[in-house]
Parts: sequence; C-alpha cells; structure tokens
Amino acid sequence: MIALLVRDMRLAIRAGGGFGLGLAFFLIVSTLVPFGVGPEAAILSRIAPGILWVGALLACLLSLDRIFQLDFEDGSLDLLATAPIPMEGTVAIKALAHWLVTGLPLTLAAPAFGALMNLQSPGHYWIFVTLLIGTPALSMIGAFGAALTVGLKRGGLLLSLLVLPLYIPTLIFGAEAATRGTAGLSALTPLLMMAGITAGSIALLPFAAAAALRINLR
Amino acid sequence: MSLWEFANPVKFMALSGKVLPWVVGLTVLTLVPGMIWGFFFTPEAANFGNSVKIIYIHVPSAMMAINIWVMMLVTSLIWIVRRHHVSVRAAKAAALIGVTMTVIALITGAIWGEPMWGTYWAWDPRLTSFLILFLFYLGYMALWAAIENPDTAADLTSVLCIVGSVFALLSRYAVNFWNQGLHQGASLSMDKEEHVADVYYLPLLLCIAGFILLFVALVLIRTRTELRLVRLHRLEIRERMKDV
Repeated sequence: MIALLVRDMRLAIRAGGGFGLGLAFFLIVSTLVPFGVGPEAAILSRIAPGILWVGALLACLLSLDRIFQLDFEDGSLDLLATAPIPMEGTVAIKALAHWLVTGLPLTLAAPAFGALMNLQSPGHYWIFVTLLIGTPALSMIGAFGAALTVGLKRGGLLLSLLVLPLYIPTLIFGAEAATRGTAGLSALTPLLMMAGITAGSIALLPFAAAAALRINLR
Repeated sequence: MSLWEFANPVKFMALSGKVLPWVVGLTVLTLVPGMIWGFFFTPEAANFGNSVKIIYIHVPSAMMAINIWVMMLVTSLIWIVRRHHVSVRAAKAAALIGVTMTVIALITGAIWGEPMWGTYWAWDPRLTSFLILFLFYLGYMALWAAIENPDTAADLTSVLCIVGSVFALLSRYAVNFWNQGLHQGASLSMDKEEHVADVYYLPLLLCIAGFILLFVALVLIRTRTELRLVRLHRLEIRERMKDV
C-alpha cells in the first residue's frame, strides 16, 4: 500500500503540470476575485474566507479525473484490481495521494493567498485549520466521482456536475467555520460538523467508490 | 403470489397496460376538478390576494419533487439487491418527472415570492435545498445519458443515487444551519400547511392526489417505454450475432 502511495505521488509530481496546476489555479482565482468585486479592503476581507474556500474547492476539482483515468487507460487499474490489496484500500490510498499532492499544498498556500484579499489576523489560522480538516473530504468525495466516470471518454465535465453537489455540505460548514473564526465568533459547531463529514466520507465512501470501479472494470 | 412477480418485465407490461387507462382517467377526474375548484371557487385570502391560488400547483409539485427522489432511492436499492430490470428502469423514468416537478416548484415559488416577499429568489433554506435537489437530479440524469452499456449505467446511477441521497439530506440540514448562522430567516419560512384554512385545504388535497396519480401514470408510461427500449436493444444485439 505504501508502495502504491509513493508511486501515485511520484506520478502526480512528475507527470508534467498535474502537481502545480491546482496551486496556480488557486492563485489565479484569488487574483481575479478582487478585479471582479473591486479593491475595497473592507469588502474583500469580509468575503475572503468564503472565496478562499471556493477557490480551493475548484482547484481540487481540476485534478480529480487524474486519480483513476490514466491508470484505467494503460491497464494498471486492472492489475490493481487483481492485486492482493482490496479495492477499497486502493481507492483510499489513491484519494490520500491526491490529497497529499493537491489538498495539502492548497491548505499551506491558502493563508498566504489570503493576504491578496486582505484577510485579517485570526483568519489565516482559521482558513488553515478548516482547509486542513475539510480537504480530505473533498479528495475522498472526488475519488468517488472519478470512480463513477472513469470509463467515459469525455468524463471531465460530467465529473464536475456529479461532484459539485456532493461538495455542498463540506463547503457550507467549512466556509462558515472559517468566516466565524475570522470574525472572532465561536466556530466549534461548524468545525465539528465538517470534521464529521470528513470522517464519514473516509469511512464509507471507499466502499461506494470501489463498487463503482468494479462495475466499470467489468 | 408475491409482489416480486411483477418484477418480471412481461408480467409488468401486461398488468401496467391494463391499469394505465384507469390511472389516467382517475388523474383527470381528480386534477381537473381540483384545479377548477381551487382557481375559481375559493375566496381570495386576506393577505395574499389572488396569488394564493398558486398554492394548488406549488405545494403538490414540491411534495412530488422530494417523494420522487425517495422512490428513486428505493428502486435503486432494489436493483442493487435483487437486480430487477423493471425497478431500475422505473428509477430512470421517474428522474425526468422529478426534475420537472422541481423546476415547476422553483418557478411557481419565484412567481409567488415576488408579490409576497418582494423578491423572486432568497437564500432561504427551503429554496436553497430545492436548488440543490435540482442539481442532484441533473447529475443523475447526466450519468444515465453518458454511459452506453445499459447495465453499467443502471449500476453506476444506482450507486450515485444512494450516495447522493446521503449528501442531499446532509445539504438539507447544512443549509438550515448556514442560513440561521447568517440571519434570521423566520419571516420567509412560514409553514404553509398550518396556515391554510379549510376552504383552501380541501381543493389542495384533491390537487395533491391528482399530482400523485399524474406521477403514477407518467412513470408507468415511461417505464413501459424504457422496457421496450431494453428489449429492442437486446433484439438488435441478437440480430447482429446472427450475422456473425
């Protein structure tokens, strides 16, 4: 399993662009928003946590189809299916690899990008914490969506249509926790709810995703 | 004789063919008098004026939008567990009706909201969760349309329907939380059922019954079409195999 994790991360980092692309996209979103809403510091700092969350979510979405698509095309997914690791384990490891190369860098970069949007002092801490807890759920839900659409030729657009509604609860609680924390209110409730979604996704979605993969490999 | 016998497509076709005209007739008999009664023979409400009458379309379609998703969840589960073709075809047939009901509920709600709340759209929990439900319907139907092999499509959409139901429910309560977190939405989310007086309640019940019958009739028609499509597909494959 560790070998699979290392292999997936190596492929993601080396395969030309997949690694930095999400981060670059996130940076561009953070740059474009002030152009769209105007440079007033007060407005920007009020919407900053929400925009950072939406930006991270979209950046995460960009690289989802890479989780299974390449392996499906060159046949290594068939080998993984017959390997002694259960399919659920493969899915979980691949989601973890996706998180390590996408979610984690986004989490680390978000406080810095917050400076572009005049994010106020406790906000850096809160955006980091909420993304750290929330992005694993995004990767896991995304892996499920990728497993559903892996057999399709042009699955990219369909993948976003399927995955974005599933992201709504995570986004609501994550952005709410970040907003409340930034405003100095108690953010414990949404934070715990989001942690619950993450834990539930990690526990249950590998089974659904593995079932979808088995159907697609049939 | 058990209920599962009708999972046999041939038996289902025979029975639904017999039942269908009666369901259609009953639909007309409930929906038409219900609408006419509601639109022309009820007084105008004190605070609403004429606009109260949109309730006879808005409430039944909103109820059906949710119930159809529940029906799709049940039939998807039956497909995954027992692999009855009628079941998953009924889910596919219901999806389009469900999305239509959702759109009707959203649009009539917007038309009703403008004179009452002064806005076509507010991020009220109910409105928001209906918009999310609409997105789930869209994703489900798009997945059906994208996959060529009908059995693979049936399996994958069933998995999506089950996982989607969990997340739809989560969103529903998350949205509640989100809105209360920002501002008090009490004035917008008054519970319509409890406010309705008997004069409006009886035609409303008739309309709801009419919408349920309408859904049954439509889903039967569409399921029959879907089953014929499956049969056609199989026949085509058989013909092609003969040539080889």
